[in-house]
Amino acid sequence: MNRFGYSRAGDVAGAVRERAANGAAAFIAGGTNLVDLMKENVARPERLIDVTRLPLRGIEEREGGLRLGALATNAEVAYDERVRARYPLLSSAILAGASPQLRNAATTGGNLLQRTRCYYFYDTATPCNKREPGSGCPAREGVNRIHAILGTSEHCIAVHPSDMCVAMAALDATVRVTGEGGERAIPFAEFHRLPGDTPEIDTNLGRDELVTAVDLPAESFPTHYTYLKLRDRLSYAFALVSVAVAMELDGGTIREARLALGGVAHKPWRDREAEALLRGQAPSPELFARVSDATLRDARGFGGNDFKIGLARQAIRRALSQAAAGTPQSQTDKRVQ
Amino acid sequence: MSDTETLTRLSTADADGESVTLTVNGERHALRLAPWVTLLDLLRERLHLTGTKKGCDHGQCGACTVLVDGVRMNSCLQLAVMRDGCEITTVEGLAEGGRLHPVQEAFIEQDAFQCGYCTPGQICSAVGLIREGHAHTAEEIRELMSGNLCRCGAYTNIVAAIEQAMGEQAMGEQPAARGDGR
Repeated sequence: MNRFGYSRAGDVAGAVRERAANGAAAFIAGGTNLVDLMKENVARPERLIDVTRLPLRGIEEREGGLRLGALATNAEVAYDERVRARYPLLSSAILAGASPQLRNAATTGGNLLQRTRCYYFYDTATPCNKREPGSGCPAREGVNRIHAILGTSEHCIAVHPSDMCVAMAALDATVRVTGEGGERAIPFAEFHRLPGDTPEIDTNLGRDELVTAVDLPAESFPTHYTYLKLRDRLSYAFALVSVAVAMELDGGTIREARLALGGVAHKPWRDREAEALLRGQAPSPELFARVSDATLRDARGFGGNDFKIGLARQAIRRALSQAAAGTPQSQTDKRVQ
Repeated sequence: MSDTETLTRLSTADADGESVTLTVNGERHALRLAPWVTLLDLLRERLHLTGTKKGCDHGQCGACTVLVDGVRMNSCLQLAVMRDGCEITTVEGLAEGGRLHPVQEAFIEQDAFQCGYCTPGQICSAVGLIREGHAHTAEEIRELMSGNLCRCGAYTNIVAAIEQAMGEQAMGEQPAARGDGR
């Protein structure tokens, strides 16, 4: 770990000011990803601004929805009675990720900003465009079992590793941030970026901006939902492919449907054209197959991850069936039904 | 980071480090620490509480699990300076009045270890799990202990030990019949 300075922010404005004044400073909260990256010398901040004492930990009612403070831990959100009752998709996705110890420390804001687990990004002995812009991407020709099949660029094929964010993408959450220019709200779909030719930039958060909350809208999908996560071991592993589905049925017809994928792209992946095929239709295996194929129409593998295309195709169909039937995937009993 | 490097950094930390107060196993420590000292290194190298183990040092194995204000966390990923004012409980602090904690007793009775390296983390994690109250079945115990790896593969007996300790707690700390060693 490099040597660094440390300060404890007393208020949001002070934290923002300090970060704006020092381009090599970083905010730290749960630290479960940043401290790890610092031990690997992937992150080398000059200064850490500890934001954990800021009053951003609450979970509050807001306009029929919930406002999750950026410092609410993953465990606090997942086990909050209101989240469990009204946004079970989010609770389920969080509990599918990491371990209890990590969820007790990791925060909502930090989960949004966690970085890829691409082996080359973590290995400072290899090139990586995300870590060192312009150095190259060995993953394209190298070991790429865990890498992206959608939205890749010639510069980067890394995936965003979060489970929580996949559910938030499906729920159309909003990220609230504060910078020197004041507060703003970023729709979830616009928060994370595709790699393009600047893979070193993961999100559209400004340099001086601090995530203060995530707002969940009133529409919460408490009955027809699922988070289906497929991985190399049954617990405590990142998704190879995950699927979040949120659905609202009106009689025998799908009134509203959201479909978000994890483990397949540089951001939680949504395809609104494919989702639109579901609206106004009756649930059926044929419909779900059509939606699955449409979602993956532009998917391409890089050798080691070719299997993800077939895996995702089946996982989407299965998740849509689970959600339509109101039988969400259990995060304890991992048998997929 | 090598062990020598860790020690050097801990010792040079004293002069101009951050002022940190921590209560560890009931004992208050006023310290000066460099900000890069992890809670794990502080416990082992400075306070000489070597019960807490360094396994992977990356939050992947759970051997370093301790309770921070009663909540289980990976001490290898916590910067000690950020936990200023907190109460830390390690495996050395679980026994009370010379009597082992029920989870420690259960680990012995169920033979829930082989080499023992992961055991302090397993035990602290189990204490945290029971306090959280979300595990009610063996399956749920398995899932919610997934952050603690055991390379000897003692999982079956670890789950049995936690079930035994949970049963004792449910019966108001009454001594339970010995488990069948599943």
